[in-house]
This record gives sequence, C-alpha cells and structure tokens, in this order.
Amino acid sequence: MSDTHAETVSYVRETMLPQQEPPASTVGPLGWAKTNLFSGWFNTVLSVLSGLFILWLAYRLLPWIISPTWQATSLNECREIIGALNKPHGGACWGVISERWKQLMFGFYPPEHYWRPVLSLILLLVALGPLLFRHLVPAKVIYFSMLYPFIAAWLLWGGTIWNPIVAILGFVIIGLSLKFLTSVLNPALALIIGVVLAVIWWVALAGTVAGGLSAVLPIGIEAIASRQFGGFMLSITIGVTAILCSLPIGILLALGRQSDLLLVKAMCVGFIEFIRGVPLITLLFVASVLLNIFLPPGTNFDIILRVIIMVTLFASAYMAEVVRGGLAALPKGQYEGADSLGLDYWQSQRLIIMPQALKISIPGIVSTFIGVFKDTTLVSIISMFDPIGLSNAIRADTAWNGVYWELFIFIGLVFFIFCFSMSRYSMYLERRLQTGHR
Amino acid sequence: MSELAMDTPIDRSAMKVSDEVAIEIRNMNKWYGQFHVLRDINLTVNRGERIVIAGPSGSGKSTLIRCINRLEEHQAGQIIVDGTELTSDLKNIDKIRSEVGMCFQHFNLFPHLTILENCTLAPIWVRKVPRKEAEETAMHFLEKVKIPDQALKYPGQLSGGQQQRVAIARSLCMKPRIMLFDEPTSALDPEMIKEVLDTMIELAQEGMTMLCVTHEMGFARQVANRVIFMDQGQIVEQNEPEEFFNNPRSERTKLFLSQILGH
Ligand SMILES: Nc1ncnc2c1ncn2[C@@H]1O[C@H](COP(=O)(O)OP(=O)(O)OP(=O)(O)O)[C@@H](O)[C@H]1O
Ligand SMILES: [Mg+2]
Repeated sequence: MSDTHAETVSYVRETMLPQQEPPASTVGPLGWAKTNLFSGWFNTVLSVLSGLFILWLAYRLLPWIISPTWQATSLNECREIIGALNKPHGGACWGVISERWKQLMFGFYPPEHYWRPVLSLILLLVALGPLLFRHLVPAKVIYFSMLYPFIAAWLLWGGTIWNPIVAILGFVIIGLSLKFLTSVLNPALALIIGVVLAVIWWVALAGTVAGGLSAVLPIGIEAIASRQFGGFMLSITIGVTAILCSLPIGILLALGRQSDLLLVKAMCVGFIEFIRGVPLITLLFVASVLLNIFLPPGTNFDIILRVIIMVTLFASAYMAEVVRGGLAALPKGQYEGADSLGLDYWQSQRLIIMPQALKISIPGIVSTFIGVFKDTTLVSIISMFDPIGLSNAIRADTAWNGVYWELFIFIGLVFFIFCFSMSRYSMYLERRLQTGHR
Repeated sequence: MSELAMDTPIDRSAMKVSDEVAIEIRNMNKWYGQFHVLRDINLTVNRGERIVIAGPSGSGKSTLIRCINRLEEHQAGQIIVDGTELTSDLKNIDKIRSEVGMCFQHFNLFPHLTILENCTLAPIWVRKVPRKEAEETAMHFLEKVKIPDQALKYPGQLSGGQQQRVAIARSLCMKPRIMLFDEPTSALDPEMIKEVLDTMIELAQEGMTMLCVTHEMGFARQVANRVIFMDQGQIVEQNEPEEFFNNPRSERTKLFLSQILGH
C-alpha cells in the first residue's frame, strides 16, 4: 500500500498513529528470559536443571568459602575456629592467604623493594597503551614503550643505572649503522653489520664500560638476584616477555615458512616442527641443566633469562602456525592488489597482508598468549618459585602443612583475572577492527 | 556479454594513437609447469591505443596481461614496458608496476582500509607523496569516478560497481601511463556494468593506453582501436573492431563470435 497516493485514493491514512509499546512479554527482563531461557519445553527443562545445579553448588560451596579464618596463623588455629563453629562440612582456612599473599605475589623478593615490581607493572600498563589502545593513547607514548624493557629490567634486577644505558647503546649502534650504511649498502647487509657491531659491543665492551662508569658515577639501586624472584611477579616477567617477543618472531617464522628462498623455508619449517614436537618441560630442563654443560664454565647466564628464551621459542613456534592460518585465509587477490600498485614485499606485508592476517588470527593469537601465560607455572618443575612452586614451599612450613584448596583457589583466581582480561580484550579488538562485511 | 547501449556518442577525437611504443612483447612464451599457456606472443602497443583482448575461457588472456606487470613471470622472450625490460630485477618490476595500473575482476580493494586510504596508500608509500597532496589527488579521482561522498566508508559497505570504480580510481592515483583491465565487469550485475564501462570510456577519451580483457563486445566496438583474439595461448587474429566483428578471418574467431554474440 505504500505506493498509493492520498489525492487519488481517499481511504489512505494521512496521519500516523502513535507508536505502541511492544508487548511486555518481548522486552525487559521478562522478555529476555522468555526468549533466552524458556523458549520451548526443551530449553525450559534445561534452564531449570542448570538453575538447580547452580543453586546446589552454591549451597554446598558457600558455607565452606564463608569461613571466619582470616586471622588464623596456622592450620591448627583454623581447625579450632571452624570446630568451635560446629560446621558440618568444615570451612576454608583463609589465614594462609592473608599471611602469605605477598609471598605468592613477589616470592622471596625483599619486602622493602616491593615497590619496584609494582612500579614496573604500572609502567607496563602505560607502555602497552599505544599497542593495545592505539586510538585512545597519544602516539608519542610509543617512545616510552621502546624504553620500557630496559627500565623494567633495571627496576626488577636493580644494579647500576649504567647497565640499561649500555644495553640501549647497542640498539643505538644498530640504528645508526642502518641510517648511515643504507645509502651505500643494501639494507639487509647494513642490518647485519649493525647487529654484528652491537653484539661486539654488548659482549666485549659493554660490561667494562658500565663497570668503569659506575666506578666514576655510582648511581643505582640495590641488585636483587634472580633466585629471589618468585610468585606472580615471576610468572608475569616470564609470561609478558615471552608473549611480547613471540608475536614478532612468530610472524617472521610464518613469513619464512612461505618464502621462496628454499634455505629460509627449510630452516623455519624445521624450527617450528621441532619445537612443536617437544614438550615445554623438556625445553625447560634444557634451559636449567643442559645449557650449563655447553656454556663455558664460569659464564653467568641468568636462569630467568634462559627460561624466558625457551618459553619464547616455544610460544613463537605456535604463534607462527596461528599466523600462517591467518595468511592462508587471505585471498590471493590481496597480494596481487598490493603488488600491482608497486608496493615492495615488506610494504605489502606491513600495510596490507599482516593487518588482515593478524586480525583473522586474533582468537588464535590470544589463545596462544593465554596458554603461554599459564604454562609459566611449569617452571616450578625446575625448582623456580612461581605461584605453584611457592604453594609447595608454603606447605613445607609446619604451620601450613596440609593446606591445598585455599592456595590453589587463590592462584587460580589471579590467573583467571589475567587470562579473562586478555580474552575480553581480544573480543574488544575484534569488534573495533570490524569494517563491514567480508 | 551485453551489447553496450550508449546514450552519449563517443568522442573519438582525443583517442589518438602516437608512434611512441608503450609495450613491446617479443616471442614471449610461458609455461605453468609442463603446461604451455602462452606461445610465441608478439605484440606492440603504441601509446594511446585501446586494445580489447577476447577469447574463450582458458585461452591465456589473463595470463598475458598479468605478464605485463609481472604478476606472472614469463620464461622466454622479452617484455619491454616504457623502455624498461621486465627481468627478475626487483627494482625494475616495482618501477613498472607503479607505472602500470591494473583492475581485477574481483576488485581486490583492501577491506581493512577506507576508500580514501585505499587510494592514498600507494602514492604515499611508493611515490612518497605527502599525505595531504595524496588525499587531494585521491579525492580528485574519486570525483571523476563519481563517488567522492563514499571516501570515508570501507569497501565492504559499497556496491560491486562502486567498488570497481574505486579500484580504477586507486590505480589512477598512481598516475599510470598504461592501464590493464582483467574482466572488470564480469563479477558485476548488469545495471552496474554500465557505470564501470562509462568510467573506462571516459578514461579512453582522455588518451589513456588501455589493454582490456573483456566480453563486452559493445565496448570493444565503440572504444577499442584494435581487438585481439586469443585461443590456446596464441594470438590468432587481430584487427580493427569493425573488420574483426564483420569479417573475421579464422574459423576459430568465427565460432567464438557466433557463440558470444548469440547468433
Ligand atoms: N596458476 C596456474 N597454474 C597452473 N595453470 C594455470 C594457472 N593459472 C592459469 N592456469 C591455466 O592457464 C590457462 C590460461 O589461464 P587464463 O586465466 O590466462 O585464461 P583466461 O583466458 O583468462 O580465461 P578466463 O576467460 O576463464 O578468465 C588455463 O588453462 C588455466 O587452467
Ligand atoms: Mg581470465
């Protein structure tokens, strides 16, 4: 009727009726429940059954969780408190958390220096800003992000300020040789020369220079040894570093795997398949035990650094396959479109291919991130004190001998907060990168 | 396959063919593995020519024009574009690609970039044009293909015909001297074909050197100065459009024309 005209047809309505409210049964909480929980008898039965199950769980768990044992200083004290309450199923012993939560967070890090890991974590959030929320954070913050690894390492391990500075100088050497040599040499060669110079600097000179400078100008904070690291601080240090390094390495591996250069391709495939074929625990044992055999005696190759390298390599291999999946999902036309405009290989990878391939792979990438972060608990096997390792250490104390659930619930909760945030972020990112159909 | 119904007569006065050679292909051969796709191709294209390449499916039309900007590599013979020979030298390839525009059957726009970004990307990164200037050029060409108001949308939000016109504008932003079209209208609904063909006609009237693989025989009649017929990897016949359609010489051409024109 919409195409009839009022002048020619007398019965056409000229004024619109006011809009009516939709029936209450389709909107509001009731409408929501009707469409989502009680549509059809089968769904109704399922909803009721799940509701009952949740109620039953809460009925059994809540009395155990709500247990006034925060002040207790040992398991026995907990038992006395709970015994006095005469609870049928017992109660949780939260005293262990209130007494030891700092240890679960920081391991054996000296308490008067707790501000250092805390500050590094806060700065980490700032440094991640331009990477995670590109349109909300000023672009200049990226310079801080580039300095962040050095700042964080210095804050965590301490020592003289000259250490991070000479480390940065190595990268400055790479930058300078790229800048000045590319005009006379081809970029790849300039990069190689820069890296060689930087490595010479780091290995042969940096230590002496830093030592000399700190003798002249001793600025620094107290050094803290790696074996004092522990708890979530250790997990986050290993996890975040491995996550941040594995993505770029994984991208390069995925590209290498697609390369026309046979040698590059073979090396990438070999690496990926080898690492994926070996359990992470094996790699960690290699890091903790075997590497020492190969390294010249007396070299002090930090254990945390060794573990980080292994976890990074492990994560990179998985990342490479996830990224390869994204690359495979891109239509060939995208490469041809980029080629036909005269973009070179790296330009088309950076501007056309990777933004799309990574977007497709966001769910897989974030799953890998979450997996890596949780896998950091495996370091307890090589006797490092991650939260799980610490929970064993805490139980070794006679006061808390026998406490399991409370510790694991707490550790699980903290892990859940981190992993859940990552997964929410990935959903946010997917929504934000949505650009119409296809 | 539709005959192009033109409402405005085409002004052929500006479509001048100069003596200057734009593309020279000599004894070019190409294989896919064992399969001999292109056999002894010899073709000289002068500046300002509008060439339509026709032929049955699988005859190697796409492969031929994709060799011209090295989306495919040829194994024997020579291809010289604007005086530069296509070899495996990457510098030459990128140079030629930035001088030769290409439009694809499936547009190949970049879905993660806006229309404007699609058009400014290559000028900014390849030609190193300042962003502001690149945006002005892009808007100029988007106006020319009559979709300036879509500049901030994403390709996924446009119709097929609009997307193809954006793809043409994107190529034009590089100020190419030669344009290649590979069946630019075959993925489009009939009502959108005309808007794309109109854009191409306009381009031809400005004197652009064009090579089009197309089944639009009306377009070939009115715009092309030469029609090339390919079959089984060979150039079987080439002629002016009138001669080509009215007096095809080879049997294969006759058969093809009778099929495609439907009588
Ligand atoms: N990448 C490839 N590998 C192997 N064979 C190919 C490849 N691309 C095309 N071919 C073959 O080469 C021949 C020519 O293909 P081409 O795409 O050039 O044909 P066309 O004339 O463009 O056909 P159409 O009109 O269907 O587009 C076909 O037989 C095709 O099967
Ligand atoms: Mg084709």
